[in-house]
Amino acid sequence: MKIDLTDTTSSKINKALVQGRRAIGTPAIGMVLTLVLVTDEENQYDALKAANDASREHPSRKLVVVKRVSRSPRDRAKARLDAEVRVGADAGTGETVVLRLYGDVIDHAQSVVLPLLLPDAPVVVWWPVNAPVNPAKDSLGKLAQRRVTDTYSAENPVEELTARADAYTPGDTDLSWTRITPWRSMVAAALDQVDCKVTSVEVEGEQHNPSCELLAMWLANRLRVPVRRGVSAGPGLTAVRMETSCGPIKLDRADGSLATLSIQGQPDRAVALKRRDTAELIAEELRRLDPDDTYAASLRFGVHRLGDGGRAALSAPAYATSSLASGSAATGESSGDSASSAATPATMPKKASPK
Amino acid sequence: MTATHGANPLRDAADRRLPRIAGPSGLVIFGVTGDLSRKKLMPAVYDLANRGLLPPGFSLIGFARREWQDEDFAKEVHDAVKEHARTPFREEVWQQLVQGMRFVQGVFDDDDAFENLKATIAELDKAQGTGGNFAFYLSVPPKFFPQVVQQLKKHGLADQKEGSWRRAVIEKPFGHDLDSAIELNKVVHEVFPSNEVFRIDHYLGKETVQNILALRFANTLFEPIWNRSYVDHVQITMAEDIGIGGRAGYYDGIGAARDVIQNHLLQLLALTAMEEPASFDADALAAEKTKVLGAVKLPRDLGAHTVRGQYAEGWQGGEQAVGYLQEEGIDPRSKTDTYAAVKLEIDNRRWAGVPFYLRTGKRLGRRVTEIAVVFQRAPHSPFDHTATEELGQNALVIRVQPDEGVTMRFGSKVPGTSMEVRDVSMDFAYGESFTESSPEAYERLILDVLLGDSNLFPRVEEVELSWKILDPIEHYWDKHGKPAQYESGTWGPVEADEMLARDGRSWRRP
Repeated sequence: MKIDLTDTTSSKINKALVQGRRAIGTPAIGMVLTLVLVTDEENQYDALKAANDASREHPSRKLVVVKRVSRSPRDRAKARLDAEVRVGADAGTGETVVLRLYGDVIDHAQSVVLPLLLPDAPVVVWWPVNAPVNPAKDSLGKLAQRRVTDTYSAENPVEELTARADAYTPGDTDLSWTRITPWRSMVAAALDQVDCKVTSVEVEGEQHNPSCELLAMWLANRLRVPVRRGVSAGPGLTAVRMETSCGPIKLDRADGSLATLSIQGQPDRAVALKRRDTAELIAEELRRLDPDDTYAASLRFGVHRLGDGGRAALSAPAYATSSLASGSAATGESSGDSASSAATPATMPKKASPK
Repeated sequence: MTATHGANPLRDAADRRLPRIAGPSGLVIFGVTGDLSRKKLMPAVYDLANRGLLPPGFSLIGFARREWQDEDFAKEVHDAVKEHARTPFREEVWQQLVQGMRFVQGVFDDDDAFENLKATIAELDKAQGTGGNFAFYLSVPPKFFPQVVQQLKKHGLADQKEGSWRRAVIEKPFGHDLDSAIELNKVVHEVFPSNEVFRIDHYLGKETVQNILALRFANTLFEPIWNRSYVDHVQITMAEDIGIGGRAGYYDGIGAARDVIQNHLLQLLALTAMEEPASFDADALAAEKTKVLGAVKLPRDLGAHTVRGQYAEGWQGGEQAVGYLQEEGIDPRSKTDTYAAVKLEIDNRRWAGVPFYLRTGKRLGRRVTEIAVVFQRAPHSPFDHTATEELGQNALVIRVQPDEGVTMRFGSKVPGTSMEVRDVSMDFAYGESFTESSPEAYERLILDVLLGDSNLFPRVEEVELSWKILDPIEHYWDKHGKPAQYESGTWGPVEADEMLARDGRSWRRP
């Protein structure tokens, strides 16, 4: 059921929630967290739909904070809060309150949200778009244990990654990082199957998709080898190619759903790697609410060190000078397909000295 | 797990998003055309693949008498998955799985078939990179176990080569008494080392059962009162609303106690009553469970504290049901129990004097499995008698299935001017606080087999101890009387109610 409240306050909203629960006959509910969605009117519907789907796995109170644009000085002068309270079938599992903020109250959204948080339960804030530069310092972000942003929606994702790295506070996370979990687990599984040392990596995917950078940084940070970021037409990530001491390992996904894993000396294998929708990403994000140290380490590795094999290979600083010289030749020999030869700076260093 | 795992620089304990993916491996199912395989095992394999938990190249070999080609087998799996899988069907996941599907046709005494199986495994090692790691799932009646494991041994299929593993997975019943269980264990252990034998008790794969450990040992709220000073008694119930269905051949002569109490209920008892393990690794858990099962004491007078019954005709949930003795394929003079209730005590400092009542039955009121810890009454009540007339005993109920969750029952004042205290329930439902669909028990268990994680599998000592508890009861029943009759659709024979009434207690209606 739905209750509309115009020009209201948080305490009236709280009353409406109790009233709504009574009316549908389920006064006790086992919600495990409060999810605050901060968004604009345009993205509100899709974001809430994803959150509702995710709430099947994580029953939650969803507070949608919509900051309305005021078009006239009169609007701006008058602060107003409208709310739409949804319980029961309209609210996924749990409860939903859509809060529409007008005028001055926009700058004091936390005063509206604070009284509506579930007692004791964790709070997650999610900005589907327009995330603040420093989420932990944001007035709504301060209320939360977990702050979810999405660099994929940014105007310039790569720069945004750098900004996120600078502002990182434990509890920050990025849906672009969540997107690559299946890739990461598959690449890790591929390395489980062989006993070889990786010497260099190339991560290939569409331009302006920060997931590619994050995957590349994770690999570079964990493997301590040069990792190059290649560009392809997409969709999303398209390939990870690893040069190893026992031949190349490739994970190729051309169509966004079924990938092929090729390991030297083993037959090609099909691997399901479907691109997941936002609801699944949010559901994964809510599964653990402790700081994601692996994300932090990967993010802090630094986008600028990608592709720059010399400095990326911390353990082998000797590469620093030779990388530029040998870069183009090395790229030519390791990646034959056209997509990656159109790649950004070809700076993969020479392979480890052949035995 | 293979040795390469530790060396993989991409694996990091702090990286908790990465799931535990099984290493390169395959699963061989004997009796693949059976019900269990179609309804549980195949869908579980698909669901695991769909959740990205199976390694690339995971292979599934079916072994059965049916004259199938690989394609027929794949189609059978496809249909089973479509019908029974928990997660939605996705073509790309299916494409990944189907590459590693093979079928080997044969019967268990057919040497050629096992040579063929061996060749298939070798071929998969090459084609799919399974690395020689195979688990053999014996989804066949126990009388075939010896034959199958001997064949596996004879054809070198059970040989563990350097860096790879071969495992055996067996389903209950693990024998029908202590002697047969020991015999069975001997047969299996002759071929597979004991740490490579996985006994499936699918109850232990259920989220709620694993939650017993979390509830008890991750909280401070319950453990202080989890003892004889506060607990009055414990009731463990597993009720089914169905009859024996088409399983007359299997069920007659076995009965409810052997079928359910020996494994499921005694495992639940062990988890409820055991001391805190030093850690959650398999050895520590098994040590505590073995200890508590070893401390179980039977009542002196088995006649007064055990009851067995047979369902008679009646109405169950709006349908007319025939009695057990009228079921097709059942000897009208059969003494097999379809209902069994026993009182056990645990002889240790924590539980001395606290009875554990275990009951199970077919054609009972509804399908439910639960553990109810019933607490003692408050030693003194400042309220007068009329105020607390409707107050029962506090209880903590762990609902194992269906509607998984935990209920706490306690007294609360009824709103109004007079003081009146009545029982109320506080409810935690899994489906409400966590996921809409928790993984099926078989998913978890198959994954654990592939990972070599034996936490959730009863060990040989536990199985033997359980038989030691049950055997004297079965012997007593063999010699004395016959099963009481109870009307289908009710909560068991009156004798069971009388059994608790003698102790001044009564059964919960679950």
